[in-house]
Amino acid sequence: MIQHVTEPVLEVHDVTVSYQRKPVLWDVDLTLPSQALVGIIGPNGAGKSTLIKAIMGLLPLNSGYVELFGKSLKEVRHRVSYVPQRESVDWDFPASALDVAMMGTYGQLGLFKRPGARERKLAMEALEKVGMQDYANRQISQLSGGQQQRVFLSRALAQDADLYLMDEPFAGVDIATETAIIELLRQMRETGKTVVVVHHDLQSAQDYFDWTILLNMRLVASGPTHETLTPDLLEKTYGGRLTELSKVSELLHKKNFPIRETKPVRK
Amino acid sequence: MNIDAFWIILTGALVAICCSLLGCFLILRRMAMVGDAISHAVLPGIVLAFLFSGSREVWTMLIGAALLGVACTFLIEFFHKKANVSADASIGVTFTWLFALGIILISVFAGKVDLDQDCVLYGEIAYVPLDLWLTQSGLNLGPRTVWILGGVLVVLLLFISLFYKQLYLTSFDPAFAAAIGLSTTLWYYLLMGAVSLTTVAAFESVGAILVVALMVGPPATAYLLTDDLKKMLLLSAVAGIIASAAGYYLALWLNGSVAGAISAVIGIEFLLAFVFSPSHGLLSRRRQLMPVANG
Repeated sequence: MIQHVTEPVLEVHDVTVSYQRKPVLWDVDLTLPSQALVGIIGPNGAGKSTLIKAIMGLLPLNSGYVELFGKSLKEVRHRVSYVPQRESVDWDFPASALDVAMMGTYGQLGLFKRPGARERKLAMEALEKVGMQDYANRQISQLSGGQQQRVFLSRALAQDADLYLMDEPFAGVDIATETAIIELLRQMRETGKTVVVVHHDLQSAQDYFDWTILLNMRLVASGPTHETLTPDLLEKTYGGRLTELSKVSELLHKKNFPIRETKPVRK
Repeated sequence: MNIDAFWIILTGALVAICCSLLGCFLILRRMAMVGDAISHAVLPGIVLAFLFSGSREVWTMLIGAALLGVACTFLIEFFHKKANVSADASIGVTFTWLFALGIILISVFAGKVDLDQDCVLYGEIAYVPLDLWLTQSGLNLGPRTVWILGGVLVVLLLFISLFYKQLYLTSFDPAFAAAIGLSTTLWYYLLMGAVSLTTVAAFESVGAILVVALMVGPPATAYLLTDDLKKMLLLSAVAGIIASAAGYYLALWLNGSVAGAISAVIGIEFLLAFVFSPSHGLLSRRRQLMPVANG
């Protein structure tokens, strides 16, 4: 079930990506409507993060192309915002929450200009939107996992883009933060933005997203959530009985380790 | 303080500032040992430059060494990415091999090359005041090394202050940096180029080992003292300057090697920060862990 839209915000056309000759994404072809909250769902290693990275031009494509707002990424970079996985950076880095939020404004500053009062104000506003204004000068290692995730979101908000691509924004955050974040994403959708979120919890996906992409190396489905989150398609995505297994293991994981604080592994 | 002492301390301080500023970015990128690698890998560059030009002209040596330094970082990345060797193993293989190449070149052309391994490794900061820059009319402008290092420092200060935000962002979150259109590869090689330049300029006077000590020690000390990168850069430069001045007098008192004494002071600074740092120190952490005893 792959549904295409006219005048898409994002078009991924026949994209194949591989790591060392092993394909991670195989011939993925999809379009996304504007003003939508989109979930990318699939088992571990299905290529969910890879898809987002490929869209952002962070990985070379073996074939196909990506168009955003009908143009190449280079032309519309300022309209697209990327939120990497929280574990991908070193949170012991000497930076405050405000410093990180301010990085969202760097894209518009050009080569030489330094962030000044205007950028500081934008960053503060972004921190306010995620409820982190009181922690602006706090060093980032002293924040909880959920707070760190909010700071990451504030950096994306400071970019003031139209399309947001978020890699696992709900990983390792507490329930209160998850609720706050999804509320914020809904507000963003109301103001006309499109938000694409990598997600791995099937239960909540139903409520959160109005468009769902099911991925397992190949694209299984892309369409309105009520049409894609069907037992049939989910079985196809997770591979038959594996559905139950992965559900069980996911639940166990959550019970045992409600917040997974892992140190970033740098190569 | 006599004039020789002044020049030696000034040289040490200039090297210390250059190395410690760059070292901050290196340790934050978890690449502290790249400084070590470059400082050794420039040796064949210097020897080759000497063999080709036949003179110990500073500029040819600087260029030869800087080229090898960048080539070294390129090789490290290449082995790491293409051959899937871990980064530290890749660093270890690359620089020992290049350094060995330099040693072989020196020993084969021993008659022609006025260089020796001891000088490369330990430098001779005490001889700095001897190599003076005299103009045509015989005007004494002070030691040549001081001018070269001063020039490098100006370049570095411009580089870091103009491109602070790029260096900051590509060090903290390369994926996001790339997503907003910064070339992480470009900034990586610019930083490595700056490290090569500094190493080469510094190494004749202070030697490879002191370069490594200054690139890692003061930044690590500053890292323990602050949570703000700008303050970290400043503190690390200050720690480097103190180490070079204190090291000089320690060497004078012991009648020993200046470079060795400076390294020793750097070690002491780090230990002091490790124990007494208000935020990350051993003592303050212990205090935080102690139960509050008020009934």
